[in-house]
Amino acid sequence: MPPLLMVEHLSISFTQYDRGTHRRVLPAIRDLELTVERGQVAAVVGSSGSGKSLLAHGILGILPYNAHMEGTLIYDGTPLTPERIAALRGREIVLVPQSVGYLDPLRKVGPQVGRDKGVVRSVLNRYGLGPETEGLYPFQLSGGMARRVLISTAVAASPALVIADEPTPGLDARAAGRILSHFRELANAGAGVLLITHDLELALTIADKVAVFYAGETIEEAPAGDFARLDDLRHPYTRALWRALPQHGFHPIPGTQPYPGSLPEGCPFAPRCPRRTRDCGGEVPYRPWSGGFVRCLHPEREGTA
Amino acid sequence: MGHRLGFACKKLLRMLLLLLGVSLAAFLLMSASPLDPLQTNVGQAALGTMSQEQIAQLEDYWGVNDPPLERYLGWLTAVFHGDMGTSLLYRVPVTQVLAERLRSSLWLMAAAWALSGTLGLLLGTVAAASRGRWPDKLIRGWCLLISSTPAFWLAILLLMTFSVWLGWLPIGLSVPIGAEANAVTFADRLRHAVLPALTLSITGLANMTLHTREKLCDVLESDYVLFARARGESMPSILWHHGLRNMALPAITLQFGSISEIFGGSVLVEQVFSYQGLGQCAVTAGLGSDLPLLLGVTVVSAALVFGGNLIADLLYGVVDPKIRARIKAHRQRGGA
Repeated sequence: MPPLLMVEHLSISFTQYDRGTHRRVLPAIRDLELTVERGQVAAVVGSSGSGKSLLAHGILGILPYNAHMEGTLIYDGTPLTPERIAALRGREIVLVPQSVGYLDPLRKVGPQVGRDKGVVRSVLNRYGLGPETEGLYPFQLSGGMARRVLISTAVAASPALVIADEPTPGLDARAAGRILSHFRELANAGAGVLLITHDLELALTIADKVAVFYAGETIEEAPAGDFARLDDLRHPYTRALWRALPQHGFHPIPGTQPYPGSLPEGCPFAPRCPRRTRDCGGEVPYRPWSGGFVRCLHPEREGTA
Repeated sequence: MGHRLGFACKKLLRMLLLLLGVSLAAFLLMSASPLDPLQTNVGQAALGTMSQEQIAQLEDYWGVNDPPLERYLGWLTAVFHGDMGTSLLYRVPVTQVLAERLRSSLWLMAAAWALSGTLGLLLGTVAAASRGRWPDKLIRGWCLLISSTPAFWLAILLLMTFSVWLGWLPIGLSVPIGAEANAVTFADRLRHAVLPALTLSITGLANMTLHTREKLCDVLESDYVLFARARGESMPSILWHHGLRNMALPAITLQFGSISEIFGGSVLVEQVFSYQGLGQCAVTAGLGSDLPLLLGVTVVSAALVFGGNLIADLLYGVVDPKIRARIKAHRQRGGA
């Protein structure tokens, strides 16, 4: 059986006008590779501005009009054309958005979750929300309730692929864990889940594999288990992320992620990388590396040992 | 209930203060006016041939020598007794003039208001839905052209086209010339109101369309519309379910707020078409130093504009669930 979703060489760029008529193209996502399997949670982790949400919008075909997308999306073995995604979105492929702002502020929750009243009631009930929730307006929902309502909108459609875009910001660790466990349940029931988040620690609690995003590129794809040991990780940035986690000492690295308009040649992480060499300014391929993938000329695993 | 009542009382008080202020301002402007009522209304030549007594009598009639404060207070006391005075120019009670003029003007303004409101909403929606493509560019271009066109000039243009060249519609006035008042049919009135109403609605339309487009573009760029698209909703469904609903509040504000603009426009337009309405009446009263009539027109028009805004405020409570929830909470707290 082919994987549920394969993203190959995906690039998304924006055409912008600055200073009058001067046009420029901003590459937001470059050469992105990702696979989502049925029954699995694939997490995409990256800091804000790395192009995570665009990935979701690109898959769903709802990019803004000035965006340009290249590459291949293969859903269930067949290319995902604009016509096909238009027919599938909201039915087989659903989005769980990041905040209550994605609900119409002037419409009651019930009809926004789904058309079928019976389904709406049972789905809300599944997430511990009573029938009175249906009559509330989005502004009357608490943070946790809103999150559960947003998941309900996805589940009401009984989807095959769930794309969750930052489903936990603003929630305390326990509430966030509870929300994430709902996504694990969906995967266990057979759906493929693409979890987009900036929170590596939370993602690891439910993910089967993690793809790490940096400046619009996937720089590493690793089974979630590899994050148990620093030595199992491949890319210097992933290792830096690992060290920055509280339980691993909270060590930050200097510098910031480059803005899409001012990317360096070659590896975008090179300016911050302790292992950079002169070659890093050239082409850096994304390649399989000891059970995962890495976009680095000097991956640390095995090579260091 | 208590909330509604309190709201109504507060609004009523505010309206009284507003009307008081507006009438005072109109009065002060009038007293500061350099126009000599005798010279304007009687004429320099006629004045020259009159005796001192006659002139004194006329001065008395136009209230030239009364202290301003006394005049205003006199008018105010009379109004509180239900007497708006007698028009100096027409020599009939102000209420009668106002009733007559208001009847002609109300139709005119209501037609223009309804037309510019509905068409503006429609055109604005079309423009927003096709943003950046040719229907949008066409509509926007047209609106910008119209907004930069003075209303009176547009009125003259329409008059030249439809009345002078084509001869389809009458050249002016609100009823046929020389017809007896009770022989004037509804169709006559309608024919005379078409051009002024059209002028008014065309100018109001541009504003309404551009605002609607802007607002709807904001809605279409919102996260909830993005999510609706992610859920496979089609453009018509998005416009219907999310667009209209979220545009309702600003549209209500605009539509009822536009009453003042329509009224302002009607002053010019009625002048061009010699249409016997409230707007023309205001000009006549102002230029002719007819103080009671001018104050009457001012108060009535201020009340109209205030009424429009009041209706918008009340409709908010019906449309916006946030306000509804607040009223409900208030009632529960107050009622317990």
